[in-house]
Amino acid sequence: MERGSREYALWSIGIAVVLIFAMIPVLWLISVSLKPPEAITDGRFIPSEVSFDNYKSLFEGGIDESPFIKPLINSILIALSTTVISIVLASFAAYAIARLEFPGKRLILAGALAIAMFPPISTIGPLFDMWRALGLYDTYPGLIIPYLTFSLPLAIYCLVAFFREIPWELEQAAQVDGATPFQAFRKVIVPLAAPGMFTAAILVFIFAWNDFLFAISLTSSDASRTVPAALAFFTGESSFTEPTGSIAAAAVVVTVPIIVFVLFFQRRIVSGLTAGAVKG
Amino acid sequence: MSEGATTAGASARTRSEHRLAWLLCAPAVIAMLAVTAYPIGYAIALSVQQIDLRFPDEGGFVGLDNYASVLSSDLWWTDLFNTVFLTLVTVSIELVLGMIIALVMHRAIFGRGVVRTAVLIPYGIITVVAAFAWQFAFAPDSGFVNNLPLISDEMDWFGERFSSFAVIIMAEVWKTTPFMALLLLAGLVTIDGQLYEAAKVDGASAWQRFTRITLPLMKPAILVALLFRTLDAFRIFDTIYIMTAGAQDTESVSILGFNQLISRLNLGLGSAVSVLIFICVLAIAFLYVRVLGTRVEEGRPVK
Repeated sequence: MERGSREYALWSIGIAVVLIFAMIPVLWLISVSLKPPEAITDGRFIPSEVSFDNYKSLFEGGIDESPFIKPLINSILIALSTTVISIVLASFAAYAIARLEFPGKRLILAGALAIAMFPPISTIGPLFDMWRALGLYDTYPGLIIPYLTFSLPLAIYCLVAFFREIPWELEQAAQVDGATPFQAFRKVIVPLAAPGMFTAAILVFIFAWNDFLFAISLTSSDASRTVPAALAFFTGESSFTEPTGSIAAAAVVVTVPIIVFVLFFQRRIVSGLTAGAVKG
Repeated sequence: MSEGATTAGASARTRSEHRLAWLLCAPAVIAMLAVTAYPIGYAIALSVQQIDLRFPDEGGFVGLDNYASVLSSDLWWTDLFNTVFLTLVTVSIELVLGMIIALVMHRAIFGRGVVRTAVLIPYGIITVVAAFAWQFAFAPDSGFVNNLPLISDEMDWFGERFSSFAVIIMAEVWKTTPFMALLLLAGLVTIDGQLYEAAKVDGASAWQRFTRITLPLMKPAILVALLFRTLDAFRIFDTIYIMTAGAQDTESVSILGFNQLISRLNLGLGSAVSVLIFICVLAIAFLYVRVLGTRVEEGRPVK
């Protein structure tokens, strides 16, 4: 009994520490974003006065004037396009790797692993030069293509792990029971594969959403600049004001929805990130 | 005769299966090579030329001159030291913290869900955003850190090299420990619980169970996690770019490459830096795979 309550207290403290450490930067950003400009430098963790001016100024002037709306749209569209294309390509490859025997399978897996380790900075110079020659510099495809390259290994590994767990015999069993091949695929395989694909999609989306290096190297204007890159170029309302408040507000806008999403699908994300080892 | 026919039929089927498999893999393989294999070849080609986009008329083959300039500059060695230092420190801290969190998530009597929720918050946040959050927190004018007890109000965190590193390391550890913890957790759940029960019966302490059962059995998972995090840490860019932009000698090799390529448009010199970074990454991967002698190809020990 004695030992039980001590252990309980230790766990509680440990959990509280982890929780506080994880939450502090987010709470702090929210706090900064809610401070009126004159209170930004008060150094208080909890704002003494709450104002939404920073958020208003982000969206002021609509899409043409606002430094934030266009990058936000760019970020969403580029990350979504990357996700869809990456998952389609990775599903094909993962199906082949999980279900078919063919020479070169190990080579593909090893190659994907090598690319997961590849330093993106080494491709920046050539891409910068190539994209300008091909007219891809500062365009959506100019970012989507490198994002595809670097997200595919993640997606393939995640999907292969999921596809290996699928009891494919069920497909034949359903056909024996009188289902057409298409019915067997749609009613048996798709529901079994969907969670894995959804998980891989979340991981790819977060990867593309997070990128900064390609975004500042391969864009030069709001035509395709994404939020992380745009944040680095934020300036204050006038040359005498620091952009701290508006950066914080923009950061909150791009962070809170993702956090809610991540927390909602946390089981999936954990299983995706650890795919391959579980039930090995 | 009939036997020959079946083999022929089987091999035709095998061949068509191979063709299908390759067709399915081709798009992904092409997409992966398009932005890695070709550009690295191109980078090597650029690195032996004098190409500066600000002076387009000058140029030509210069052999290894660019490499000589980079390798004989103090900046490269300072930046390499910074990168290696930051990598070693962050990955070590992450391994310890990640292991503790993984153990908590695996064996907690309660609150497992809460911890998992908490560690996923950093994972979901854009690195640049996290860097801004920590920068604002430590900024001498707007931050709250200097108002905490035991910390001088006057502390200028970004005014000096190693205090800048401290903040950079903190932000990096905060952002990437969850990934480490989850990879370690994946190794942890594969360990048979009966081993612990048996060890308990034999009177092994919790620490003995950890060092004699958990650690040896987790060796492959730990190596995979370390390999991925080391290479990831080695390419550190976002956090430094936002926090100091390389001021106070805090530049990493990735920042150096970026400055040469994109800010100065010196493709020749910048490409030499890129290729050197690529060689460093190869060396690190080789060390892990070779010296530690574990198969990591499939992310788990081969059966």
